[in-house]
Amino acid sequence: MIGPFRRTFARAWADPSGRGGLITLGALAAAAIIAPWWLPDPAAMPDLAAGATPPSVAHLFGTDQLSRDVLARVAHGGRVSLGIAGLAVALSLTLGTAVGLVAGYLGGTVDALLMRVVDAALAIPRLFILLLLLVVWEQIPIPALIAAIGATGWFATSRLVRGDVLRLRQEGFVQAATALGAHGHRTVLRHLLPNALGVILVSATLGIGEVILLEAGLSFLGVGVRPPTPSWGGMILDARNQLTTAPWLFLFPGLAILLTVLAVNLVSDALRAAFDPRSA
Amino acid sequence: MTAWLVRRLGQATLTFAAVAGLLFVLMRVAPGDPLARLTDERPIAPAERARLRALFGLDQPLTRQLASFASAAARGDFGVSIEYYPVRVGHLVAARLPPSLLLGGAVLLVNFSLGVWLGVLQARRRGSGLDRWLTRLAIAGYAMPSFWLGLVLVSLFAIRWRLLPAAQMTDPLLSAEAGLLARGIDVVRHLVLPTVTLSVVTIAATMRYQRTAMLEALRRDFVRAARARGLSERRVIWRHAWRNALFPVLTLLGLWVPILVSGSVFVESVFNWPGLGSLAASAIATRDYPVLMATALLVSAAVLLGGVLTDLGYRWLDPRTRAA
Repeated sequence: MIGPFRRTFARAWADPSGRGGLITLGALAAAAIIAPWWLPDPAAMPDLAAGATPPSVAHLFGTDQLSRDVLARVAHGGRVSLGIAGLAVALSLTLGTAVGLVAGYLGGTVDALLMRVVDAALAIPRLFILLLLLVVWEQIPIPALIAAIGATGWFATSRLVRGDVLRLRQEGFVQAATALGAHGHRTVLRHLLPNALGVILVSATLGIGEVILLEAGLSFLGVGVRPPTPSWGGMILDARNQLTTAPWLFLFPGLAILLTVLAVNLVSDALRAAFDPRSA
Repeated sequence: MTAWLVRRLGQATLTFAAVAGLLFVLMRVAPGDPLARLTDERPIAPAERARLRALFGLDQPLTRQLASFASAAARGDFGVSIEYYPVRVGHLVAARLPPSLLLGGAVLLVNFSLGVWLGVLQARRRGSGLDRWLTRLAIAGYAMPSFWLGLVLVSLFAIRWRLLPAAQMTDPLLSAEAGLLARGIDVVRHLVLPTVTLSVVTIAATMRYQRTAMLEALRRDFVRAARARGLSERRVIWRHAWRNALFPVLTLLGLWVPILVSGSVFVESVFNWPGLGSLAASAIATRDYPVLMATALLVSAAVLLGGVLTDLGYRWLDPRTRAA
């Protein structure tokens, strides 16, 4: 099981876009993680009278109207965004994989019922589910936001995993395991799950980019990460009425989103191509 | 065919009922008081608060609330807006629907025509620098937050260069006796920036699907046969290969609806476009949940209908699927 995966990763790494994406993502994540040690405190307001100042040597991305360092806020926003995206996607994948395995393996009424629920949930755009959930929630703590985003992202994954399980159940090695008397949970965990990992992994990387954009959008609408916690979407919202007077305030957080999601999507694209060489 | 359509519509209706139930539960499990907006910002007598709760049906048991919500929604009655009290939600939504359809239609037109053309171009030059760069550009567009791209375009085209209007659908200063043509041009000028924004962030999927489908088609024997018969390249590509490669792209129609609608919440709010998206965005700001609920229901109905239309298109174009 390690062998084919190593080959897949080698193939993804050989793709210049995939490699570039992975290196960019690593650099961004590293910059975000070590932000507290190399950047000023994002909440510090050293010179309120100066207001928003354009990029300079002292403040590479300039400062905002409260004289806070924009680079520090972008980096801390990155910690928040990447943290939320990573945890929310992990939650979605766990839920989606569990439901997909159960539905695909058990079949029958359980499968039909679960898939009807998934059908209904997939018909409501995720943004609207989250908006309804979050709109009357005045001060949402970040763990709750992660739970909400994670709990609304598993529907498509469960469909994919279920499809893969249905396909795998027809394969000789799974039927052989069953014929040899393997228990249900053993078949699922030892034979079905490892073989569905490819589908799950591609769905994970795609999900991270989607969730970063979603969280930025929610924060831009004012129902995601709330101030004073810096977030990329929230910074763009704050900068909205200073488009001309202080363009650096909305340009940098937006570029951070673009670069991060682009890097994630390039990695996901390379992985998808590596798992399915025909589509390249 | 008719029997199939009736069955498929029945199935979609059942799913829609499940959607409505799901939305209702969501709304009520979310912590927070839906009436906070009305009752928090001013001192309010307990009796008045109780009257308001009764007015919005919040004093009833949950099952009763669900039943009355379901029966009202089935009649197309979405209750009263909290922000624009006592205007009915149905009125608000109806007024915002045409601008949204106009914007959505413009985006679909650009997305489909440009996306298909670029996808075919990529497939024909598979592996070339052009192919690789178009893929990268599309992925970059896909990675952009639509609201941010909208703000960038506004600050450049509307504020710096003063080429296009920054907001709204019409110019309020346009004289009342302006002709139909002048009015049309005015709307089109307002339509450009939001359409470009939404198209840039959504075109990647169309290009990718079209490229893949076209590569598949170009490999087939009938394309080789058409070439062997000495047909012009253009005829081979568009009349023979593309006709067979159009089909998978149609699947996207079903996927487009949710993407477009979600995108339009941001883009309409950035451009102050008087559609459903900006209605939803302002309902978020004012915590006007009956309005949000109605937009969510409408959007889900559109998604389900998009699914039915996709299936219908499949059956119409590909007789093989009719057996199923």
